[in-house]
Amino acid sequence: MDKNFKVVNQHIAKTDAFSIMGGAPVYTGDLVPGDALTVKILRSPYAFAKVLEVKKDIAMKVPGVVCILSHEDVPLHRMSAAGSSYPGNNPYDRRILDSIVRYVGDPVAIIAAEDEKAAEKAMKLVKVSYEVMEPVLDFEKAEEMAAGGAVVHPEDNYVFQMDIGGDLQKNILSQDAIGEGDFEAEYNKCEFKLDETYYTCANQQAMMETFRSFSYYDQSGRLTIVSSTQITFHVRRLIAQALGLSQAKVRVIKPRIGGGFGAKQSMVTEPYAAVVTWKTGRPAYVCFDRHESFACGNTRHGFRVRVRLGADRTGLVKALWVDSLQNVGAYGEHAVNVAGLSGHKTIPLYAKTSAWKFTEKSVYTNTTPGGAFRGFGATQGCFAVESTVNKLAMLAGLDPTEIRLKNLPEVGQPMPAYYGEILQSCALPDCIRTGRKMIDWDNKYKSEPFSTQVGPHRYRGLGMAVTMQGSGLTNLDCCTVTIRLDDGGFYTMGIGASDMGTGCDTILAQMAAEVLQCDVDRIVVNGVDTTSSPYDKGSYASSTTYVTGNATVRAAKQLLDKMMAEAAVQLGVEQSEVEFDGDRFFVKAGEEMLQSMKNAGLNTYEKTQAKEGAESEERSLSLEELGVESVNGQRDFLTATVSFSGQSSPPPFVAGFAEVEVDTETGEIQLIDLVGVVDCGTVINKNLAQVQAEGGFMQGAGMALYEQVVIADDGRLSTDSFMQYKIPSRLDVPKIRIAFEESYEPTGPFGAKSIGEVVINTPSPAIISAIKNAVGAEIHSLPATAEKVYNALKNK
Amino acid sequence: MKFELNGKKIDINVAADEPLLEVLRRCNCYSVRSGCDTSNCGICTVWVDDRPILSCSYPAARAEGKKVTTIEGVPAEAHEVMELLANEGADQCGYCSPGFIMSVIAMKRDLTNPTEQEINEYLAGNLCRCTGYMSQARVLEKLWS
Ligand code: FES
Ligand code: FES
Repeated sequence: MDKNFKVVNQHIAKTDAFSIMGGAPVYTGDLVPGDALTVKILRSPYAFAKVLEVKKDIAMKVPGVVCILSHEDVPLHRMSAAGSSYPGNNPYDRRILDSIVRYVGDPVAIIAAEDEKAAEKAMKLVKVSYEVMEPVLDFEKAEEMAAGGAVVHPEDNYVFQMDIGGDLQKNILSQDAIGEGDFEAEYNKCEFKLDETYYTCANQQAMMETFRSFSYYDQSGRLTIVSSTQITFHVRRLIAQALGLSQAKVRVIKPRIGGGFGAKQSMVTEPYAAVVTWKTGRPAYVCFDRHESFACGNTRHGFRVRVRLGADRTGLVKALWVDSLQNVGAYGEHAVNVAGLSGHKTIPLYAKTSAWKFTEKSVYTNTTPGGAFRGFGATQGCFAVESTVNKLAMLAGLDPTEIRLKNLPEVGQPMPAYYGEILQSCALPDCIRTGRKMIDWDNKYKSEPFSTQVGPHRYRGLGMAVTMQGSGLTNLDCCTVTIRLDDGGFYTMGIGASDMGTGCDTILAQMAAEVLQCDVDRIVVNGVDTTSSPYDKGSYASSTTYVTGNATVRAAKQLLDKMMAEAAVQLGVEQSEVEFDGDRFFVKAGEEMLQSMKNAGLNTYEKTQAKEGAESEERSLSLEELGVESVNGQRDFLTATVSFSGQSSPPPFVAGFAEVEVDTETGEIQLIDLVGVVDCGTVINKNLAQVQAEGGFMQGAGMALYEQVVIADDGRLSTDSFMQYKIPSRLDVPKIRIAFEESYEPTGPFGAKSIGEVVINTPSPAIISAIKNAVGAEIHSLPATAEKVYNALKNK
Repeated sequence: MKFELNGKKIDINVAADEPLLEVLRRCNCYSVRSGCDTSNCGICTVWVDDRPILSCSYPAARAEGKKVTTIEGVPAEAHEVMELLANEGADQCGYCSPGFIMSVIAMKRDLTNPTEQEINEYLAGNLCRCTGYMSQARVLEKLWS
């Protein structure tokens, strides 16, 4: 594999670095028009209730209040807020405002006023009467409660876009079962049989910039939404659908984004701004505070995962059944796909099974809706399956790293649980070996708990896990890139992929620059405006590097080819004779001809030819000259537009390792070391990949140890600020050490696969098994708080 | 209210309960951003009389007659830190960066040859959800060398 790259596979600073760090007005909140109305949302205090009446008359008298909307004022039909390609599997289960509220915080009225004070004053004066119903708060009881009449979605205009096995009268959004072989027969034959159940809780993406957007009518009367979103084009379709408008009448613009991690893969604030502008004609701005972002945005879905695993005495996994029950929350955004990933991205790592099974069910409850969060179901599944495999290692007296090496899929093999795709690149065995060295596994790992005492009642332990993700959605998601040569001799690249801080504007520019043999500075990347950008489904599902990257490489190559052809015409030679060095087009060197001229035996004609060849070496054309030619009306403008949709979704891999220290008196856990070795194919940007991996590991550690969404008995979110919902600070995380083992993915741009999501999965199973390895405490639900560890130690 | 913002005299009407953060944004200092409602994230960090404070919970009226500095007011020092951050890829979404940089510059003035623990304690109030802090730590190491 030629990995002799000049611009990709290097350390390159982000193209927007100085504007985002230096405080330039480049985020949504910095761009709001001065005359925008402030939009506030009156929310339900009940987890489940009918809205009987919304009295607005007194509130409307507050000076400065412009409009107050309730469910009677918005379209009746239902929609989905999920950003995914159309048609899809997300149900149409919500309205902008509904006559039933389904979680504490569900919107009841939208208030728009000249300023925040007026909006807040009016909010207090809106009188709502409710008929309170018994909420479904425990997802394991959702079906049972439906039998008692607590049906979260009783409405008759609910729409399933496709058959997903839903049964609303039982609170079931979707269910599915797939598999191969006779599970029970194979399981029963096994030497080691495990049957383990794990719980993951909801988590907050907790991006630092909360949800926000504003809207206005642009110069041609289009309803324009400027939003901190990962899904610019989907928002255009979803807003058009929500308001019953033609998409031609809607425009969406994405400025810089202060983080998303999946949260902004759903529409959250956009409909509230848009509906106010639509009703009043005025610009309108909605900005959620942290409390609203946590309580009324979307979270990682909570799961119960039961894993039944059978293995022979050598640790070869022969039978594997993953059974997932997912808490959808009040609305079904992304739930179907999230549930699917809990099996599709865990089972394939145990590739030698004689039978496997994956069953999943997703149920509605009256809690904050789930949504997308980095890892997207693979994270929850990874925690359960990898924890089970670690338990197998303990039972069988085998080294957990050896068990993995024994069971991994091999390149060239189909992965039946992963849509039957053939594995084309995998350096996971190297990742495991490298990680083992980095954490000094061979010296430090002792299979028995209490083997490494470091204080009066403090013990250390090691754990590990492996994982895979995908790179975009196969044959579904489409990404387009337009690149053109401008008359100043530089390139402008239009993309629809949404840089949310991940640096995709930079890495896509690197790819184009690699093809066009120039520096990234020569490529101007144009962020997303649905009016001028080419279609791209947006940034999610670990797809920008692979899917939009593939489109970028193809577009750049096509443009290069067009430039070469045009240069050949201008130079008066065949295209095959033209060379390009990034700056100039020139006719291929006459060197050999000069050489051959010296040879005896050339006739006069040949000598003349050769001489001409040598002279033509002088003939060249600069990129700038070609650019000028292309806009002078005599020739074609040089531009290329290419779209790409993956025929496969090559998995990146990670081997993650953790060392912890546990205090047996208090249950307190100290993270000592966190090591991750990543195979994302060719690393496109060495800095950005490393930092993404470090950030993902930190979020994974947070999920393992601290981060917990807690719902009180009345359905209220108890953890609605950074006071209660603790994300790791720099004092909480140890050194996170990341290394790369680069494979070369033949279908990827320059051999690259994705990296964004895969890096969050391994910390929780690795940390949980390190705790067990240290002191024998077995944790089955996240996060592993000191209290849980303490209780597990006491109850042993 | 009168105060000095990055060396410039400002005279502006301020509501009694208005936090300094809002006033600074009204003065077109867009580097001053908010990340929480509970004084937990440090994103809104600016200096009042050269000391870092959380502008989200600092009543604007208290800045009367004082000297307020944002990242726009310390261009040379800020540039040095930004360049290191950019070269390390430590600017992911960048939303936390101006507040972080203001804390870093204050720390650099306050501490001489701090240990890693001292650095982490000084900056513990500056949260970042994207980076995992490691790249920032690498930058801080370079800043003193
Ligand atoms: S905005 Fe979070 S501390 Fe000020
Ligand atoms: S870079 Fe995004 S929060 Fe720090």
